[in-house]
Amino acid sequence: MNGRRRARSRKAVAAALQFLVVVATTYLGLLAVTFFIGRVIPIDPVLAVLGDRAPAHVVERTREAMGLNLPLYQQFVIYCRQALSGDFGISVLTTNPVMTDIRRVFPATMELATVGTLIGALIGVPLGVLAAVKRGSIADQIVRVIGLVGYSVPIFWLALLALLVFYARLKWVAYPGRIDIVYEYTFSPITGFYLVDALWQRQWDVLRDVFRHIILPASLLGYFSLAYISRMTRSFMLNELQQEYIVAARAKGLSEARIIWAHALRNAAVPLVTVIALSYAGLLEGSVLTETVFSWPGLGLYITNSLQNADMNAVLGGTIIIGSVFIGINLLSDLLYRTLDPRTRAR
Amino acid sequence: MSALLTVEDLRVRFPTRTGVVEAVRGVSFTLGRERLGIVGESGSGKSQTGRAIMGLTPPHADASAKQLAFDGIDLISAPPKLRRDLRGKRIAMILQDPKYSLNPVMSIGRQIVETLRRHERVSRAEARERALDMLAAVQIRDPARVFDLYPHEVSGGMGQRAMIAMMLVAGPELLIADEPTSALDVTVQLEVLSILDKLVAERGMGLIFVSHDLRLVSSFCDRVLVMYAGRIVEEIAASELANARHPYTQGLLNCMPVIGADRHPLPVLDRKPEWAL
Amino acid sequence: MSLATETRPMTRREWLLSDRPQSRLQARLGRAYMTWRRFSANRLAVLGLLILLGLVFVAAFADLLAPHSPVIGNLASARLLPPGSEGYLLGADDQGRDILSRLIHGSRLTLAVVVLVAIIAAPVGLIVGAVAGYAGGWIDAILMRITDIFLAFPKLVLALAFVAALGPGIENAVIAIAITSWPPYARIARAETLTVRNSDYIAAVRLMGASPARIVFRHVIPMCMSSLIVRVTLDMAGIILTAAGLGFLGLGAQPPLPEWGAMIASGRRFILDQWWVATMPGIAILIVSLGFNLLGDGLRDAFDPRESGQ
Ligand SMILES: Nc1ncnc2c1ncn2[C@@H]1O[C@H](COP(=O)(O)OP(=O)(O)OP(=O)(O)O)[C@@H](O)[C@H]1O
Ligand SMILES: [Mg+2]
Repeated sequence: MNGRRRARSRKAVAAALQFLVVVATTYLGLLAVTFFIGRVIPIDPVLAVLGDRAPAHVVERTREAMGLNLPLYQQFVIYCRQALSGDFGISVLTTNPVMTDIRRVFPATMELATVGTLIGALIGVPLGVLAAVKRGSIADQIVRVIGLVGYSVPIFWLALLALLVFYARLKWVAYPGRIDIVYEYTFSPITGFYLVDALWQRQWDVLRDVFRHIILPASLLGYFSLAYISRMTRSFMLNELQQEYIVAARAKGLSEARIIWAHALRNAAVPLVTVIALSYAGLLEGSVLTETVFSWPGLGLYITNSLQNADMNAVLGGTIIIGSVFIGINLLSDLLYRTLDPRTRAR
Repeated sequence: MSALLTVEDLRVRFPTRTGVVEAVRGVSFTLGRERLGIVGESGSGKSQTGRAIMGLTPPHADASAKQLAFDGIDLISAPPKLRRDLRGKRIAMILQDPKYSLNPVMSIGRQIVETLRRHERVSRAEARERALDMLAAVQIRDPARVFDLYPHEVSGGMGQRAMIAMMLVAGPELLIADEPTSALDVTVQLEVLSILDKLVAERGMGLIFVSHDLRLVSSFCDRVLVMYAGRIVEEIAASELANARHPYTQGLLNCMPVIGADRHPLPVLDRKPEWAL
Repeated sequence: MSLATETRPMTRREWLLSDRPQSRLQARLGRAYMTWRRFSANRLAVLGLLILLGLVFVAAFADLLAPHSPVIGNLASARLLPPGSEGYLLGADDQGRDILSRLIHGSRLTLAVVVLVAIIAAPVGLIVGAVAGYAGGWIDAILMRITDIFLAFPKLVLALAFVAALGPGIENAVIAIAITSWPPYARIARAETLTVRNSDYIAAVRLMGASPARIVFRHVIPMCMSSLIVRVTLDMAGIILTAAGLGFLGLGAQPPLPEWGAMIASGRRFILDQWWVATMPGIAILIVSLGFNLLGDGLRDAFDPRESGQ
């Protein structure tokens, strides 16, 4: 008994170690690729960082500061050390450290992606379940078409049309940005999630305004995650519904509703968690294009602004941050998967 | 003997791409509080007969009968709600393989409690008590521990006992056991069978025992139906099996090895198309 | 062969569906015919195929089909004409260029991007995956770790960073997209390789003294093709969207090239009053990527009926 427990805990330690190795190598790979992009591809990385109108002495100083006269592998070690301590250099555009800028804009992107994923999952999962249960019906076809269009439409284009209709013509929503300029100075956010902050501080008019700003971009992002989530939910549910335990549940006399939601969906939830996590990560990325259209002051807009101004430090810093969040989300979904599925749960 | 179950001219049809397949073609029998065995080769329609009685024919298939009555209730005209109330409460079914027929993400105890609370208004604590009793009744030595285990954590024999507990906990009067032991190790098969045997006897249930093992059926049941290609070709008391008249039954009997007998050449089931007519 | 022709002449259909093919060619054609029958029974998939054939046709005959020049406009009389104007079916943009003509010529760019990305990324993924799966051991471990690292990256953002370093332009956009699209193909190829690697017929080929390279290229890779084709087709829509996104951000094709994403970007300024300038290219993108998605879905169902949703 004791020996078995020890064997099991040794196994758990081994699994945790393997997990760490995976995370570490993935992160190292991310840094290697951004290093390659920032230092190896450009003919002169200094010019890539400073732009080509910088005075000669500044260029020289920066060259030394970046350690460009060192061999490449040493540069990489230094680069990794800096990146790991959150030092991505100075943004040419804003003249702030890139990390300071990112800290300022990041909550906006997180809030947008979170609300988008919530919309996508809360609508997409029931739609997928419906399509699977009523397989082959009109409802199934409609869900399929909704999904297909979602997969095929350019998000920035749909965003433009949505702005045209809901902002310019119908005047239902507010634009641009996250909050009206009127509240910009009276409202002091704490978490950076404006919806939460406004709710917390009971500033109802601010909450209303923030909602009017976020609803359109979040719905658009939500539509894209809905397309993906509903499709995957449908296929997972179809798979579960033909299992034998469903027959057993029927033989127990359970209602169809209970069989679908408490038995089949509970089993489908195990892989669904990964899908929802992936779609969350996808929305972080989709925010690059969406934020540009909605002038949403988040990481996506920051990256595209930097791109247009050839501000490489900012672009790479943003890339690393989004990449890190991706890695983190993958990790989290893996952990969730383990807790949801008793077969992989460590006891 | 008042009939617990009356089946007359039961038919189950599956529409397929190549035409309609009739899996069950006019099966009739009556059942009291006795043990009825159904044997036949694979694909002869045994499971579909059992599922049609439960009302679990797949939605795309079509089940019909001249008469299908359980304890005076006409199952054909019964509304779906009534059939659901009967399932699990008065008619129960045990499936073949516990590995697939127990919900993998729900603990065994919860699955048993779920059946009970679906059919009876009992408190959580009482339901747990009764589930534990039921686990003890299927001779699980440490019910409290098994209660919290997940299906993948128990052996096949233990899983099938949990399955039996789950299906019998609400006290059904008719049990359909669809090859309840064929997925198990030979060594635990007998154990599970004797548990089933004891429970059926104690509770005075009717039993439909589906199997393709003729010897097992003949030792376990009072009466045997032999199915071939969706039809009953012979109905015979288990004790009379040696005197079976139908050549298919005789063929099945001949396939059973007898210790000490010369087995060369191995007998092969000889099928005649006219049996299926 | 002679036996069959002697007894009774077979119809072509029977020959294709024969369960006793006489030659490798017949077997192959027979299988293709079955796949085609499953595929063509799916109306949406056929619609997808038609859309793509239409795209190829338009791209091939752009010069003949386009009523106006895609780059030189008529600033004097055609500027921002609404759709349905005389000679400007879909309207004109701010430089007086016919939008329809630009869309027609833009189809060439779209087609070029997807074809180029596919012929760069698919072979890379295929070889990485097949080698990893066939070799096993540490080669497998290393190759798959690299693949997983790339899979864990945000594709669009990575492509953006690449283009930022390489400089804007359609060639660089293609390279950037290709760099970020190969990992799923490697995954698929590896999975398929693992299933065929231990099969008896590979063992037989090995016994006959075939070299590992020959086994991988002649026997393993062909087995991966059908799942790979399905996946590449499904990815095409994503590639088109990414390319259009890069164009929209000004990092893909540069003006005056009639790239659809860039056209949306330039129409953005007029969205409130001249909505058609930005709307038309978006519809074109939507139709083409829908075509790829429908075709991909249909191919998946035809190649692998078990996976089919219907
Ligand atoms: N989903 C289905 N679609 C089409 N035909 C089916 C389907 N399910 C069952 N059948 C048909 O019903 C027939 C009887 O099936 P059934 O499961 O009752 O056989 P069985 O006697 O239980 O066999 P086994 O010993 O293998 O369990 C099969 O031969 C098959 O042709
Ligand atoms: Mg059966």
